[in-house]
Amino acid sequence: MEKLFQKISFSSATLVFIILLGIFITLFNTALPAINEFGLHFIVNPAWNKEVPITTPQAKSVKKVSDDSEVVNPDDYSDDDGMIMQDEDDTPTKTIYGGLVPLVGTILSTLIALLFAMPIAMGIAIFLAEIAPKNISSFVGGAIELLAAIPSIIFGMWGLYYFAPIVANLFGGFQVSLLTAGLVLGVMILPFMAAITRDSMNTTPDILKESAYALGATKFEVIKDVIFPYSKVGIIGSIILSLGRALGETMAVAFLIGSVFELPHKITDPTISIPVALANNFGEASGLGMSSLFYLALILFVMSFAVISFAKFFFLRKAN
Amino acid sequence: MLVMNIEKFSFTYPGAEAPSLKNITLPIEKNKITSLIGPSGCGKSTLLRSMNRIHDLYPGNTYDGKIDLLNETTGEYDDILAIKKENDFIQLRQKVGMIFQKPTPFPMSIFDNVAYGLKISGIKNKTELKDRVEEALKGSALWKEVHDRLNKSAMGLSGGQQQRLCIARAVAVKPEVLLFDEPTSALDPISTSAIEELIVELRNDISIAIVTHNMQQASRISDYTAFMYLGDLIEFDKTEHIFLNPKEQQTEDYITGRFG
Ligand SMILES: Nc1ncnc2c1ncn2[C@@H]1O[C@H](COP(=O)(O)OP(=O)(O)OP(=O)(O)O)[C@@H](O)[C@H]1O
Ligand SMILES: [Mg+2]
Repeated sequence: MEKLFQKISFSSATLVFIILLGIFITLFNTALPAINEFGLHFIVNPAWNKEVPITTPQAKSVKKVSDDSEVVNPDDYSDDDGMIMQDEDDTPTKTIYGGLVPLVGTILSTLIALLFAMPIAMGIAIFLAEIAPKNISSFVGGAIELLAAIPSIIFGMWGLYYFAPIVANLFGGFQVSLLTAGLVLGVMILPFMAAITRDSMNTTPDILKESAYALGATKFEVIKDVIFPYSKVGIIGSIILSLGRALGETMAVAFLIGSVFELPHKITDPTISIPVALANNFGEASGLGMSSLFYLALILFVMSFAVISFAKFFFLRKAN
Repeated sequence: MLVMNIEKFSFTYPGAEAPSLKNITLPIEKNKITSLIGPSGCGKSTLLRSMNRIHDLYPGNTYDGKIDLLNETTGEYDDILAIKKENDFIQLRQKVGMIFQKPTPFPMSIFDNVAYGLKISGIKNKTELKDRVEEALKGSALWKEVHDRLNKSAMGLSGGQQQRLCIARAVAVKPEVLLFDEPTSALDPISTSAIEELIVELRNDISIAIVTHNMQQASRISDYTAFMYLGDLIEFDKTEHIFLNPKEQQTEDYITGRFG
């Protein structure tokens, strides 16, 4: 009987890994044509769905013959109808895809969100854990936990109708932009970050704080020298988990980032992020375009996975 | 000479129906060790925590009576229950230090732990800090064990070493009084006797009040002993009188272990 339970729990644990691995493999397989076509250059190429002439004969090197034969070999691109096209002046063209714009959009909007949310979340957490009287702290704390539970599409709508005009007024530029998306993303992760930070600050033993007060420390010194160092690991963990959330956020950002495949020159320019690019383009994409979307998804998967593993590493070190 | 004098002191926790300390009168002699004994819940910690007003980290306590503290410069006594301003609290706690039931090293290096009280009191000079830290560690019988790893985390020390580190940290700011709340209750016998020796040493410079459940400890190290029961101070006298011929029946019952 016990053996059976062991087996069941072991196999359900294994299942998690199988699912994880399965997702990775299917992402990778579907992305493979794009990976083969664009390689790592994909990451630094800002062009998306752009027609370019197939390499001109002059620029071709010795391998001309073999390259040409590749082009006419139907097997190589059998899953892609848009790949070879004859345009009007008879120059053959192909469509290329690059992930730089959504990658930059994702990283920058996340960064803006973190920079905006971090100081405010720390302030709220300090207020809740150390300054506010108990009843106010639990009331405000409860409100913040509710805020963390609001579906992101509501943040997107609120952001677009009420927040975006304010941002555009203050900073100029477009209403939908990297900045608007980043700030609303920041508002979204703020309660989450504040709640976890407060919880880790609350783990500081009273007797440790009292020891510092008993040496003549002020409240500010106790927070800075005892509570923060003591709960450092949990606070860093909360930041990294929030980062993970911001990276993958789709709905709120889709409303606010502008959804154009253009590199932003200023933070008030519109651009696009990976999740938004996936959501917007998945319906119409096919062939190499679809494969490139999967390539983007793979990049997002690896980024989120790295972030979460990093956070896990921190939490594990805390446990020891 | 008294370093502190507690007079008709009562204390009530917020929301409590009855006071936890009732009309306590207890003198604390300068450069002596006074121990507080009594069964669990009788108010020993409550009394000790009134003597540096650490209670006031939490709002809503009610004090009554007087706790006078000797002002070494003027030779007069100030009532610490009159303190209201944060600066005065800080000064009080620099004069009246406290050691807790469990070691409480801060999450920083050994050196920084001992230097902490000095740094927050405004001492910045590196050589002065180094000298004071060394002096405090030597005074706490810890220097030999840690002098070659001052920059390592204090968390790596044993429990007994950590407690001596906390004593060094408190001693470094040169307090006039040190309050110990069951400082050895979490330690093994060897660490315990090291701390006891240390406390006896410290008596030369510092006046000491110690709460203990260990009757042998009280009789070994203290000059005066106060026996408390249910928030009352039942008997206070020289330690040998309390342990050899107590006046009150309750005291005798307690020290002979015949207690309810
Ligand atoms: N924070 C608090 N709020 C309300 N009542 C308290 C609080 N702390 C202690 N008490 C009560 O005050 C009384 C005295 O407690 P105190 O901790 O001073 O006892 P003690 O003599 O130190 O006991 P022990 O030997 O177990 O440490 C007890 O009845 C206790 O329940
Ligand atoms: Mg106690």
